[in-house]
Amino acid sequence: MRTTNKYIAVAVGLGLVTLSACGSSSDSAGGDSKTVTLVSHDSWAVSKSVIAEFEKKSGFKVKVLEDGDAGQAVDKAILTKDNPQGDVFFGVDNTLLSRALDNDLFQSYEPKGSDLILPEYRVDQDKHRVTPIDTGDICVNYDKAYFSKHKLTPPTSFDDLIKPQYKNLLVTENASTSSPGLGFVLGTAAQYGDDGWQDYWKKLKANGVKVVDGWEQAYNEEFSGSAGGKKAKADRPLVVSYASSPPAEVIYADPKPATAPTAVATGTCFRQVEYAGLLSNAGNTEGGKALLDFMLTKTFQDDMPLNMFVYPVREGAQVPEEFTKYGPQAEDPETMDPAKIADNRDDWVKSWTSLVLK
Amino acid sequence: MAVPVAFFAVFFAYPVAAILARGLHVDGAWQLARIWDVVAQSDIRHVLWFTTWQALASTALTLLVALPGAYVFARFDFPGKHVLRAIVTVPFVLPTVVVGTAFLALVGRGGLLDELWGVRLDTTVWAILLAHVFFNYAVVVRTVGGLWGQLDPRQEEAARMLGASPLKAWRQVTLPALAPAVAAAALMVFLFTFTSFGVVQILGGPGFSTLEVEIYRQTSEIFDLSTAAVLTIIQFVAVGAILALHAWTVRRRESALRLVDASVTARRPRGAGQWGLLAGVLASVVVLLLLPLAVLVQRSFDAPDFGYYRALMSSDGGVFLVAPIEAIGNSLQYAVVATVIAVVIGGLAAAALTRRDAGRFVRGFDALLMLPLGVSAVTVGFGFLIALDEPPLDLRASWILVPLAQALVGVPFVVRTMLPVLRAVDARLREAAAVLGASPWRVWREVDLPMVRRALLIAAGFAFAVSLGEFGATVFIARPDNPTLPVAVAKLLGRAGELNYGQAMALSTILMVVCAVALLVLERLRTDRTGEF
Repeated sequence: MRTTNKYIAVAVGLGLVTLSACGSSSDSAGGDSKTVTLVSHDSWAVSKSVIAEFEKKSGFKVKVLEDGDAGQAVDKAILTKDNPQGDVFFGVDNTLLSRALDNDLFQSYEPKGSDLILPEYRVDQDKHRVTPIDTGDICVNYDKAYFSKHKLTPPTSFDDLIKPQYKNLLVTENASTSSPGLGFVLGTAAQYGDDGWQDYWKKLKANGVKVVDGWEQAYNEEFSGSAGGKKAKADRPLVVSYASSPPAEVIYADPKPATAPTAVATGTCFRQVEYAGLLSNAGNTEGGKALLDFMLTKTFQDDMPLNMFVYPVREGAQVPEEFTKYGPQAEDPETMDPAKIADNRDDWVKSWTSLVLK
Repeated sequence: MAVPVAFFAVFFAYPVAAILARGLHVDGAWQLARIWDVVAQSDIRHVLWFTTWQALASTALTLLVALPGAYVFARFDFPGKHVLRAIVTVPFVLPTVVVGTAFLALVGRGGLLDELWGVRLDTTVWAILLAHVFFNYAVVVRTVGGLWGQLDPRQEEAARMLGASPLKAWRQVTLPALAPAVAAAALMVFLFTFTSFGVVQILGGPGFSTLEVEIYRQTSEIFDLSTAAVLTIIQFVAVGAILALHAWTVRRRESALRLVDASVTARRPRGAGQWGLLAGVLASVVVLLLLPLAVLVQRSFDAPDFGYYRALMSSDGGVFLVAPIEAIGNSLQYAVVATVIAVVIGGLAAAALTRRDAGRFVRGFDALLMLPLGVSAVTVGFGFLIALDEPPLDLRASWILVPLAQALVGVPFVVRTMLPVLRAVDARLREAAAVLGASPWRVWREVDLPMVRRALLIAAGFAFAVSLGEFGATVFIARPDNPTLPVAVAKLLGRAGELNYGQAMALSTILMVVCAVALLVLERLRTDRTGEF
């Protein structure tokens, strides 16, 4: 048996080496100066033609590495920052920005076209470690059919949600495991202040808010307005989701309805901004810079909305007709300074957990 | 022995140790006091308590429901048996996010049970327990039933002839032979439910949290690596203790079994009692396993002209760079490679563990091989990232990482399935062959292989199926141009819109069918070769 083992050991060893060699010769990150690697979360999506245009114009081939959900992707990027998996990271949002910056995830680079970024999205102006790429709002969505059937006016503001006529109607996500869940809590903290938000949540809890762990459950299983929810005979007509969810309900329907079955309570929104940056220790900084430049071009910014269901940050970039038609943009969404989020996030999530889940 | 040890050292022990060190070795000093800080928190103690008792309850319930099933599948012959046995294995390999969706349709609000009797179990612990039965039914049926079918019924008959009552004959002949398999199955179920993640997260809601969920939360959401490291160590110790206990009980019960062809032992049920048992088992299978799956299928056809399936063919919409349908090919390729790795590594380990002169060290390795099942995917995944990042082992960007991670979970299945059978091979046969001049390789080929071929195929099937549905580790490494089926499903479910939801259901249905076909082929393979036994 011993000699057999040795033979097999050698064979397996050779096999693994060959396999991994095959794998890495074409895919190696950083080593190849003609390939630029983008690390992102799994909501990343872009049209093929747009990538092709970048590859043709810049001469770099793009490789994309999706690294789990938003929080996971950031954490993994931080863990591997000494020897990063790629050159550019896309997808750190304002709720996690400080974690990335405090850990020196990015190096300084100001991409071409930065001057065209709408001023309200600019951050880190002295160091230029991150560049805003897109923005989106976390808002309460409602099921239009439910409210017309019950002859009830849909809620429009945070204040409305604690009114008795909306008792037991809202489902939201666990703020400690879900980013829309966290965004909604931050929205209430921005609205009611450091002292008032806990009181608001006590009332929301008394008014029968239901909490589930993730967006998929909340939206596809509990929310009566979504395609999945209808099939699951869901019974909550209010859900914390995105401002872009109503257009998605139209675009991803066959046949397409004339109006969206859902809409947004425009006074319940919290604005998320997503950033990209050149990773510290990137293997291909030239390619990385070219890619960041490209992400601010009109081509890329115009393509983004219908792929990732977010809004562009570049002046003059086109917001698709579907967005304006099926989902009006939030009125004056709540925002919060990333530094303030950083200081309070963990404490707030902790007190929210003991307040709402216990 | 050298190969499995090296494999586990490089692809398991080293990455896990690296991530633990990252959490506990801060500023050049070990922060061991953190362990007490963490354990002292009442939240954490609550998590520990819930993890343990729900795992015990789930295991007991699974054995209760599945042992009669194992008996029926092993000893009875009925039309559609092979198809059914393949189908009951499907839940085991489906990604939990899909199963959660399907299961809610059964026990959730507006679900079937709700409409019939007003029974709703969502966000209760019952939903978790039932889903655990759903997932692990096949573990018991295949592990226990596989051996049961091969036990020579004549031994029991002989006991009867000598005057033993049916109960006594069963207790003294069949039960002792079966006990290691039952223990192995119970152990696996306990491990899976102790480390349960998706089921608890989806069906239990935020009120319930297992150790595994908490490790994920601390690592991925809060980025508190030191708390995560402490929890990982606690899980490690708990799982290790159970495994050690298990290894000890198995060794005490080892005996050379007389194995026969399973097709000889199965016969048509006789008498009201046996028919009743068969009907009861079939009913439980239909309600607990087939109904949730049927709901998935029904939802996938909920668009005119197979709309959701047609949508899978196009890459429009930009969710993927490739048409979602390509995920099937990717998944199959990964699973085949993972199965080969798992069978080679697991087979070698099992062979080494069976040797008479296996020392204490080797026997201890038996339990160690099972550890990957008890360590969270997020820990292993993060470990891979920071440990396997330098040449010659910079595998982070290589596709081989996916099958490697999947094989890590497959190996324990191979070992667990092979070991009882290999141990049951009479060592004197090998010795006789050796005395007659056969080389070790030839002894293995001519003595062991024919006797363990069936177990080997079961093992390979399990490894393949596990790889096909594996999600936790795959999602760390899968790429948009190479999504696997479960990753594609999760991505589609993560977006609003009817077409995305429908495509997710359609892909889940395809995954289900692919698994069922793969397992059916395996069943066929088994029956073709049984003549060689």
